[in-house]
Amino acid sequence: MQLFDEPIEFTRQPGIGAPVWQGRAVDGDELKDFAAAAHLAGGRLAALWGSDERLSGGGFRLHCVFGLNEGHACLTLELPANDPGYPDLSGLFPAANRMQRATYDMVGIGHDGTDQRPWLRHGGWPADWFPLRHDAGEGGDFSNLPSDYDFVQVGGEGAHEIPVGPIHAGIIEPGHFRFSVVGERVLRFESRLGYQHRGVERRLAGADFSTGAKILGRISGDATCAYAWAYAAAIEAACGVEPSPRALALRAILLERERVANHLGDLGMLGNDAALAFGLSQFFRLKEEWVRVSALLFGHRFMMDRIVPGGVEADLNAAAVKVLSDQCDAIGPAVKELHAIYDEHAGLQDRYLTTGPIDAALARELSLSGMAARATGLLLDGRCYRLDYAPPPPWAALGVRPVTDERGDVAARVAVRFGEITESLRLIRQLATQLPAGAVCAEVKPVPGASGVGIIEGWRGEVLVGVSIGADSRLARVHPHDPSWQLWPALEHAVPRDIVPDFPLINKSFNLSYVGQDL
Amino acid sequence: MIPLLKRILKTGIVTEPVAEGDARREVDRLQDEVLKILGRALTIREVDAGSCNACELEIHALNNPYYNLEGCGIKFVASPRHADMLLVTGPVTKNMENALKIAYDCTPDPKLVVAVGDCGCGCGEVGALFGPNYATCGAVANVIPVDVRIPGCPPTPVALMQGILAAVRYDRAHPAVSPERS
Ligand code: SF4
Repeated sequence: MQLFDEPIEFTRQPGIGAPVWQGRAVDGDELKDFAAAAHLAGGRLAALWGSDERLSGGGFRLHCVFGLNEGHACLTLELPANDPGYPDLSGLFPAANRMQRATYDMVGIGHDGTDQRPWLRHGGWPADWFPLRHDAGEGGDFSNLPSDYDFVQVGGEGAHEIPVGPIHAGIIEPGHFRFSVVGERVLRFESRLGYQHRGVERRLAGADFSTGAKILGRISGDATCAYAWAYAAAIEAACGVEPSPRALALRAILLERERVANHLGDLGMLGNDAALAFGLSQFFRLKEEWVRVSALLFGHRFMMDRIVPGGVEADLNAAAVKVLSDQCDAIGPAVKELHAIYDEHAGLQDRYLTTGPIDAALARELSLSGMAARATGLLLDGRCYRLDYAPPPPWAALGVRPVTDERGDVAARVAVRFGEITESLRLIRQLATQLPAGAVCAEVKPVPGASGVGIIEGWRGEVLVGVSIGADSRLARVHPHDPSWQLWPALEHAVPRDIVPDFPLINKSFNLSYVGQDL
Repeated sequence: MIPLLKRILKTGIVTEPVAEGDARREVDRLQDEVLKILGRALTIREVDAGSCNACELEIHALNNPYYNLEGCGIKFVASPRHADMLLVTGPVTKNMENALKIAYDCTPDPKLVVAVGDCGCGCGEVGALFGPNYATCGAVANVIPVDVRIPGCPPTPVALMQGILAAVRYDRAHPAVSPERS
């Protein structure tokens, strides 16, 4: 199949997952032309990464995934080993900027754009050493040098900078924020991330499938189910395995429970950050009860390591189903009551309304996905029907109703979270009471040389995992992509014009992952 | 305001010592012990030096009404200069190594350091997955002296409370300098 009358021939990735179209660009121009056509059609840049293919006789390879109406188009471009360069895509898709810089830091394949600042590499290893090259060696003995970062400077009378981080005031992940302000008003906000870089992609190279699952469940611990499922889906697509309907329903229950847990926690924090400590106590109580039931039924408070390639390592009997749906019945009215209190609380609404706004045009421009994109009115949800395709099982049969809000501010993100809790409770109840019979885990036999992409709508947004399997039946390259890659720049647009004390509130309304994009 | 007050009344005090399984009893016992052993406030600066964020979620949970850590006078503070204890999750990344050392140096003596999670303790299968490698230093103890370790992936809030308590006990028993801090 061809897309947008471009010459590239796409074939559909086999399997039951979300539609993924695989294609190859012959050169940089063809890639750029396709990107321009995708941009024109309102597509998103979903992910971009590189791989070293020199062991199998090639050079390097660039992987770009575009989110389109037809599904996801996964385009690869072969790059020569001696001169691995490709055209800068950040003019079309601003989201490409940091992904391209990270790709250079990790694999040493470069783009021809102007922003060549390192992203994931701080001072821990030298600029001419690339951790994902197969001949890089262990590289543990570099000296850890302090590193500076070229923040964009704001000039003018009275303008000054407030540096924050990497260690922040609360119990939160590290990152550095640079506010350029006049008085209290923020003129510009720029983040520098990478502090959580743990070298997971390097660790994944050569790992077996089950070690891979362990690591993927810990890319971002608050989204462990989304990552584990996306990874499993990628492996299953590559190896031609179909998880049973029962396994898929159980996965969906786990994923929706994760969504509810995170929304409950964030809604509590969002009350607290606007000085309503009552909200924190109430929602944290509900969240605690929620994760205790997760521990009871699935053996882990965050349900880590339950989703594995082939299916799930969990099952529910009739008694467990009753516990699940009873809890949904109990928590639904409590959340509704709190929703009314939040809505009618003048102090909260004063802080929420018109604070930290982004609009749909910006959300599209920045390739956003997930809850924050839906809070600008975009109808983007991997669990819902799109114009040109039905969502993968088990979603299609459930008729998931996307929750949107056009305002794009903190109030909208709060409203979407409330709406999504209600919808997830409905889904969990329906999934649990109509569990299909059957086995919960199928055997997965590695297919050497195969590759696959898995895409799951996590609670923040689209979690995407690209996998390729080596000739030795182990993982050759795994790239986990967090929606926060695209969302962090949106935060930079949401903060200016508001005042510095609004930042914690705006930040929490997005609650982006640091570690998910730091890898 | 009225619905809000109603909600508070309806919720009641969930921290109440009503027996509700072992977890609840354990929490009550721990809270008594914290008050008895400490008899004063303890301030903690939490430092995420490279965790997957799930350890942080459990540390957050310590302040929910079930565990009510702040009710025992144990408080999380923003600055290491105000802290008696550093609660550190890891593996310590190379990119956080320096910041963690600075936070340690800024914490006034005598200080306690507690490493949290299999990553921070460098133990178990998970500890081995994330370091040491080119990007991480591995366990917290590879970077700063550690007094007490709380393993788990992530450790539960009860385990965290027990660990914090153990650190306090440890401090009482070794008022001078702990052996690991030579
Ligand atoms: S110990 Fe487990 S939960 Fe804690 S940071 Fe490590 S992987 Fe995450």
